[in-house]
Formats: sequence, structure tokens, C-alpha cells
Amino acid sequence: MKRLLSILLCFVSLSVFANEPAGEGAKAEGFNPGEMILHHIGDSHEWHWLATDNGNFTTYLPIIAYRPGKGLSVFSSKHISNGEAEGPAKEYDGLKLEHEHLVSTDGSKVYDFSITKNIAALIGSAVLMLVIFTAVASGYKKNHGRAPKGVQSFFEPIIVFIRDEVAKKNIGPKYERYMPYLLTVFFFIWFNNLLGLTPGAANLSGNIAVTMVLAVLTLIITLASSNKYYWAHIFATPGVPKPLLPIMIIVEVIGIFTKPFSLMIRLFANITAGHIVVLSFISLVFIFKSWAVAPVTLAFGLFINVLELLVALLQAFIFTLLTAMYIGGAVEEHHDADLQIGYNEDGSPMHAAHH
Amino acid sequence: MPAFLSPELGLIFWQLVIFLLVLFLLAKFAWKPILLALKEREDSIEGALRMADQAKLEMQQLKAGNEKLLAEARQERDRMMQEATVMANQHREAEKARATAEANTIIQQAREAIQTEKNAALAEVKNTAAKLSLDIAERILRRELTDPAAQTQLVDSYLKDVKLN
Repeated sequence: MKRLLSILLCFVSLSVFANEPAGEGAKAEGFNPGEMILHHIGDSHEWHWLATDNGNFTTYLPIIAYRPGKGLSVFSSKHISNGEAEGPAKEYDGLKLEHEHLVSTDGSKVYDFSITKNIAALIGSAVLMLVIFTAVASGYKKNHGRAPKGVQSFFEPIIVFIRDEVAKKNIGPKYERYMPYLLTVFFFIWFNNLLGLTPGAANLSGNIAVTMVLAVLTLIITLASSNKYYWAHIFATPGVPKPLLPIMIIVEVIGIFTKPFSLMIRLFANITAGHIVVLSFISLVFIFKSWAVAPVTLAFGLFINVLELLVALLQAFIFTLLTAMYIGGAVEEHHDADLQIGYNEDGSPMHAAHH
Repeated sequence: MPAFLSPELGLIFWQLVIFLLVLFLLAKFAWKPILLALKEREDSIEGALRMADQAKLEMQQLKAGNEKLLAEARQERDRMMQEATVMANQHREAEKARATAEANTIIQQAREAIQTEKNAALAEVKNTAAKLSLDIAERILRRELTDPAAQTQLVDSYLKDVKLN
């Protein structure tokens, strides 16, 4: 799995490699847009809010490192971070930062569990979700049996949409079990996509580690809820001649993993690409050092930003929809469902009428 | 491979832990009560709609029943009126027949009485005539019928007597 992942990642990243050296070579000492953009979409051990002429406003986050033999070390990243300043990497407790990567000075293995900017944003969004949705839930307790009010009435149509249009339609009668995961994943992605668009915030949902965890959870849930029809479809695909089955089995088994892999790449690439485009338009100002580009930068930057608001919702929806479809494929009772037969309107299997 | 394409162990770990924690907490404290309340509300709305439909149906049935009852009552009234008319007619006819019969009887009786009276009167007239005849004949015979003028005068005086009677 890991090797497969690396190979596929290499294909995806080819174009990025090709573009990078040009930017670095052209602007050796001045403003380097490639570096700035990669820095912005990447993770870091401190939260750099903004820079002014008088200095930088930075929150130093805790470093949590585990070294086999040495144990756990916890300290503030202030001790090893250079901030925005150039200079040799600071060292503390035998640890230093190398391009935002925590390494030990003696070259031994370090497991970095630091609360980085992304993890701080993750905790923040988790708290935000808990606050908002417990407030929504308390609305249902307060207005029991009555029309929704306030924040409750904003989220109710979305929750009902996920339930009726995503879960019920794609999973069928067993949808209720998967509602908590679908709702959590939808709002987690949507909230973090929007938070990621906020200036100064972290690019959490555009981080491949985050999308990987979500995709793997979808894969685990799909496999855990799969029934015999799902496996029959993989190892004895209906309608395929016997001699072709060995090839089909390989294709289908790879298919199990390419589905969550596509989920991971789609979300990561869409969000990261959006950030790169917005940052690129902002970079134009610094590249040309002229007021004349301001209208272009503003217009395009605004356009892409508004587009990104749409993409934020769309990607959350697509991730949730595809997750529901993969789960639906795994729990389907009748393998004729591909032909849109074998199910009644209400999702119950019809046996008497079909045969 | 650029840094942003390689998943960091720390972020994977924290993402997994925090996401699962959020999933668990939201499932327990948010999604469960929300979905339950939504379902309850939908069920109650559906129930209310179904009840309204049923009430409408019942109303219609009641209305139809009322109309049927009304029609039946109307029919009953018509029937009763017809019956009453028939009975009244019958009664009138019977009364008429009875009255006619009675009148006929009375007339018959009257006729019979008249006949009887007439017979009696005739018998009396006959008797009287016979008696008168006998009287006249006796008187005529007593005067020995000498003078024809005197006879005629006598007959006339007798006849006058008869008239006076």
C-alpha cells in the first residue's frame, strides 16, 4: 500500500517538480514566489499571523518529539525557530528544524508529534464544530417538535440534504448507521476548507496527511460493512468470461484502493491548487512591484477566492457523496442494482416481482 | 518529493485522534439527538397530515351519510304522504259509498212507507167509496126513487156532502 502510494504520488507531483526550479533560479535573493507559496500551503512549527515593518506576530507552538532511547521531549518552538529571520538553525535539547522538519542534531530517529500550525488549526476547528453542533442539538431540545430557530435553522437543511440526498439514495435502507461519519466528514471538510481560505489560517484540508486519514477511514468503513455481494463482485465479476477473471480480479482489487486514493488526492489537490492560484495572483504584486497590476491581481484574486468558496462546499459534498457511494456499494444486498433494478422506491429489495 | 506531498507522521496521528474524538463526541451529543428530533418531527408531521386526511375522509363519509339520511327521510315523507293520500281517498270513497248506501236505504224505506201509506189510503178511499156508495144506494133506495128530478137533486145533494167531506 505504501509503495503503491509513493509511486502514484510521484506521477502526481511530476508537474510540480518541473515548475519549481525556474522560480528559484530567476529570483535568487529577492522575492521568491515559489518558496512563499510552498511555505504558505505547508505546515510549520509556529503560527505566523502577519508581518509588519515593526516585526512579526508569531505564536510559538509546542514541540513534542519522541526519540527511541531518549523518550519524550516537550518544549516551545521558540527555542528552535528562527522565525522569519535568516541564519543558522537554532538547536535545543539535541533537536533542530530543517525546512520545518524536526531532526536531531546527532542524526538519530525523531518522531515528531508537535502541535504544528495545522494541528492547532485542527484542534480549533474541532472545538468550533463541537460548539456549533452541540448548540444545534440543544436547539432541538429547546424547540422540541417546533420549527427550527437560529443556527439550528441554518444547519437543518444541510443535515437533511446529507441524509436524504446523499445517505438514503446511495446507501439504501441501512443508511442510519453511517450518518454520524458522513455528517462529521462533510462538516469537517467544509469548515476546514473555509477556515483555510481565511488569511493567516492553516491549509489543513489541503494537507495530504489529513485527506489521507479521511480516505483511509472511508476505506475501513467500506471494508468493515462489506457483504458477500461486494466480494462476489470483486472475485467473480458478473458477466465476465472465465479466462478474463484473473485480470479482472487484479483490476477490482486495485479498485478497492484507488477509490479512497482518489478521495485523498482530489480533496488535497483541489484545496492546495486553489491556495496556490490565489497566492500566485497576490505574488504578482511583489514580482512586478507596480501599482498597475493591482486591478488584475484584485480582480483575479477575488474571482478565485469566491470560486474557492464554492469549491470548499463542493469538495466537502463530493467527498461525502463518494464515501456514501462506496459504502452503498459495499452494503448493497442485490448485485443487480447496477442495472437500476432489484430495489423498490423505498429501498427495500423486491424478490417476488423480479423473478 | 516536495514537503507538501509527503504525509507527516505527527499530523496523521493527531488528525486520526482528533477526528475520531470529534466523530465520537458529535455522534453522541449532536448527530444522535439532531437526527432523532428530525425523525420525530417528520413522523409527527406525517402523522398529523395522515390524521387530517382521515378526518377529511370521515367528514366526507359523514356528509355522504347525512345526505343519504336526508334523501331517505325525504323518500319516507313522500311515501307517507302518498300513503296518506291513498288512505284519505279510500276513506272518502268508503264514506261516500256508505252515505250513498244509507241514502238509498232511507229512500227505499221512504218509498216503502209511501207505498204502504198509499195502499192504506187507497184502501181507506175504497172503503169510504164503498161505504158512501152503500149510503147513497141506501138513501136512494129509501126514497124509492119516485121522482127522477128529485132523484137527481138527491144525488147532487149527496155529492155535495161528499165534496164537503
